[in-house]
Amino acid sequence: MLAFIGRRILIAIPTVILISIFVFTLQHLLPGDPILVMAGEERDPAVIEALREKYRMNDPIPVQYLAWAGAALQGDLGISLRTQQPVLELIGGKLPVTIQLAVMALIIAILIGIPAGVLSAYRKGTWIDWLANIVALSGLSVPNFWLGIMLILLVSVKLGWLPASGYMPLSEDPMQSIKVMLMPAFVLGTAIAATLMRHTRSAMLSVLKSDYVRTARAKGLRERVVLVKHALRNALVPVVTVITLLFGELLAGAVLTEQIFTIPGFGKLVVDAVFNRDYAVVQGIVLCTGIAFIAMNILADAAYRVLNPRMSDQ
Amino acid sequence: MTAVVDPQVLADPLPPRRRNRAWEKFRRNPYALLGGAVVSFFLIVALLAPILPVPGPAETDWSAVRKAPSAAHPFGTDEIGRDVLSRMIWGAQASLLAGVVSVAIAVLLGVPLGMLAGYLRGWTDAVISRFTEALLAAPFLILAIALAAFLGPSLQNAMIAIGLSAMPIFIRLARAQTLSVMTEDYVESARAVGIGHLGLIRRYILPNILPPIIVQSTLTIATAIIAEASLSFLGLGQQPPAPSWGAMLNIAKNFLEQAPWMALYPGIAIFLVVLGFNLLGDGLRDALDPRDT
Amino acid sequence: MQTLKTLGLAALLAASSGLVHAQDLRIGLQEDPDVLDPDQSRTFVGRIVYASLCDKLVDITPQLEIIPMLATGWEWNADGTELTMTLRDGVVFHDGEPFNAEAVAYNLNRSKNFELSRRKSEVSSVESWEVVDDTTIKISLAAPDATLIAQFADRAGMMLSPKAAEEAGEEFGLNPVCAGPFTFKERIQQDRIVLEKFADYYRADEINFDSVTFLPIPDTTVRLANLRAGDLDMLERLAATDVPSVMSDDGLTMEKATSLGYQGITVNVGNGDRANTPIGTDSRVRRALSLAIDRAALNQVVFEGAFAAGNQPYPPDSPWFNTAFPVPERDVEAAKALLADAGFADGVDVEVQVANNPVQTQVMQVVQAMAAEAGINISLTAKEFATLLSDQSAGDYMASQIGWSGRVDPDGNIHQFMTTGGGINDSKYSNPEVDTLLNEARLSNDTADRKEKYDAALAILQEDSPIVYLYHQVWIWALDNNVLGFVPYPDGMIRLHGVSMTE
Repeated sequence: MLAFIGRRILIAIPTVILISIFVFTLQHLLPGDPILVMAGEERDPAVIEALREKYRMNDPIPVQYLAWAGAALQGDLGISLRTQQPVLELIGGKLPVTIQLAVMALIIAILIGIPAGVLSAYRKGTWIDWLANIVALSGLSVPNFWLGIMLILLVSVKLGWLPASGYMPLSEDPMQSIKVMLMPAFVLGTAIAATLMRHTRSAMLSVLKSDYVRTARAKGLRERVVLVKHALRNALVPVVTVITLLFGELLAGAVLTEQIFTIPGFGKLVVDAVFNRDYAVVQGIVLCTGIAFIAMNILADAAYRVLNPRMSDQ
Repeated sequence: MTAVVDPQVLADPLPPRRRNRAWEKFRRNPYALLGGAVVSFFLIVALLAPILPVPGPAETDWSAVRKAPSAAHPFGTDEIGRDVLSRMIWGAQASLLAGVVSVAIAVLLGVPLGMLAGYLRGWTDAVISRFTEALLAAPFLILAIALAAFLGPSLQNAMIAIGLSAMPIFIRLARAQTLSVMTEDYVESARAVGIGHLGLIRRYILPNILPPIIVQSTLTIATAIIAEASLSFLGLGQQPPAPSWGAMLNIAKNFLEQAPWMALYPGIAIFLVVLGFNLLGDGLRDALDPRDT
Repeated sequence: MQTLKTLGLAALLAASSGLVHAQDLRIGLQEDPDVLDPDQSRTFVGRIVYASLCDKLVDITPQLEIIPMLATGWEWNADGTELTMTLRDGVVFHDGEPFNAEAVAYNLNRSKNFELSRRKSEVSSVESWEVVDDTTIKISLAAPDATLIAQFADRAGMMLSPKAAEEAGEEFGLNPVCAGPFTFKERIQQDRIVLEKFADYYRADEINFDSVTFLPIPDTTVRLANLRAGDLDMLERLAATDVPSVMSDDGLTMEKATSLGYQGITVNVGNGDRANTPIGTDSRVRRALSLAIDRAALNQVVFEGAFAAGNQPYPPDSPWFNTAFPVPERDVEAAKALLADAGFADGVDVEVQVANNPVQTQVMQVVQAMAAEAGINISLTAKEFATLLSDQSAGDYMASQIGWSGRVDPDGNIHQFMTTGGGINDSKYSNPEVDTLLNEARLSNDTADRKEKYDAALAILQEDSPIVYLYHQVWIWALDNNVLGFVPYPDGMIRLHGVSMTE
């Protein structure tokens, strides 16, 4: 197991380097000059020159890259062009926000997706199955930014039930924090819930057909016991791996969700940084998400190996 | 947003000639037919846009700015007095085009790369796989945003960005299918009798990887349409005054209170067309999946 | 024992009443400010935060008169090359350092010589300075500069604590230390900036809040929804389209002030090869474009009529506006005649770049539709602002929709755009006559004399039209009814002196 993880990490290293080179080159080929914007409305040539010097824009791109990579190895990802805050600090500050959003979305998704999947597999072919499938497909098909807009229109503008935006740190006021995050988490959770429902349904279907469920039923166990204790437990194995793989989707979904609800998280940071041409921030974010994503993949594979050897009859 | 991390289909390789049974299965699946109908409807509307009896999508009317739906404007008018219905009809062109073209880019680049990796294996496979992983490490939409920003905002560039972002999944799919076909007995024996590379690819590999590619393409078109809408929504796709559903929503969100219809209809259109492609893709998968009984 | 109890009770009461009165004012901003260093920052929103954080040497009235702030008086010598400023006594910075002539000298030097200073051009006329005594500083100029005092009413006149600035260097903006009514507490990027009342502020009695929180919320609908829900007490830059709905809301009030800046279409008339276009080489085409636009309708369609139509660098209600050229009515026939005269009777193509934000693209789409009726076929290229700017300064554009945030002194809205070699003259317009008039207007301290020169320059510019002015933004603030005493200023700032909130 350790050897497996070790090998995967070794393989991941060139991938990370490739990502960072890729993003670095891409960014510096972008049209538009952030220095001109930063120099202020007057665009004083002396200031422009001083800024170029400060951010090493006058060096050739490979030199810039090596300087950045060297610093990054020592844990220094540079400073934001726009606000001069250290990039690592920025990312660190945004992480709890997006994690809270993602976790809440995941909880909502699990609460909806797994029971719906179980039910629809159990009642395969009935109207319940039919309804659950249509709802799940709708969840996959609805653009979540539009869902967000519609919810703001309905819940905040028309009904005034929940605030339309904002963020309250969990540590300051937990109730308010959860309340504010409820709508965005729901929007982000819909697509995930649909994916989970579909995976749970198909896993349950194959488990329900298996011998040990038949045996359990033959033993005269109550249906609920069979369903939850025997079937669901085994069906959850592939579902759990799917959840780890949904990390990337949560993150990407968070980009638009945070944009719409103006949540000061990771996704908003990345979009604003791309639009502001805040090189160091984009670079830092891509590096961090890349590493996190690869780590999640390795974890998912490891989990799969641990959980999956064979489905066991209990 | 649908998951695009992993291929949504992986069929066991089988020799071809099952098309007719697949068609039978497809025809008996009401969801698939519904999906096909929805997709066809939007296709026809998009194609007929120039001859439908609606005002031009860029025709402005200063006296009818942000007017609620009425007989003259069934879906209302937008922020500078253009007919929302007309813009939606023309916007269908942008959405469908974006979906199809970006997936075509992904398929045309991804499938040969994936086949190459699966066929040659070894060093080539390692390079292509690392490259795929690097692309996959950035979440789909973030990659597309970065690429679209890099290429400059336009519909064409958004399609390229989405195509490139969707490419890794086709590389993976083609590679996995090729790898498993290559281990089949009949391929081994074909090799033994001296059939060349091109012959192998044409006669055994392509027919085997085609069904899952078709299914994946259909599902990816759904994702790509949402991605185009998302990019346009962020201002990175279709540019004004040309209409696109995502761009219409981008403007509409500023007038939620005064003109909710501006946000309502384009969203419904995206939802329906994506649902159509998803139903169609699911139906195709069920029909082409040889495992299911 | 009894007394102790009473005392305890009193303390408790005091503490609890303190809690009740711990008032926080929450202000919704349209954008997240950039770095909070007055010498380095460049955004409009940043200045809104400074209005509560960093006092300036002088301030303005809503009528744009210059009034004392940290400087209590100033005097020019006879030829206008020496400015003697008297400073307020007993002022301290947030870190307890004294404010005095030395501090002003330090700040002047930082604005002028700090290599990353964005204020250099604003204080370029300053040659040297001399600390006369603790409360007097004498500033020497190379040549008379009528605009200097007005510069001191903005970021160039903001006083930073020399000690803090020296220690922090480039990173001053992470923890700014000034002499304003509030001190910096914390900033979470894209989320909030929190300031706390400065107990030793020299006008502390005018400040009625214990803290002020600025919250950047770019989406106008969401910003307004938050005001309605009570999560904000006031917001800046209400969308013009939301004006009717705020007016009909009993719980909200609205304040307005016409901005000092403008929005227009800058035409490339001499910036590289791309100036060789019909619109770049022939002023008749530019005037035709101007005549083709119905500015009132534009204002009505895009801004519900809440903004101000315009045809000059300053708004029609400005004392500097040249009344000989009122905002023109639309005249499509005259526009067509001008085009025909220029040899484009069959129409002319113009490519305009525009920043890809919803409002600016909406403006240009309306202009596009209007111009088409006169035979001017506009094609729009939406670009991100950074790209738009770099293409514009490189001359890689035919025409560009861009604006200017505006300055208190008229010079700031016209000189650097219209003089040969001007710092941001991206159209590369050059006319010796205009150069002379604008340069001379700078040297004079006589308002009537200056007005005459600006009027003469404007008459020429109306003819040449390197910039087709479209409209002037109006700052619109929406406030909760319980916020009292807010005064709108044309510079768009939020001054909290005298503002209070009822429970």
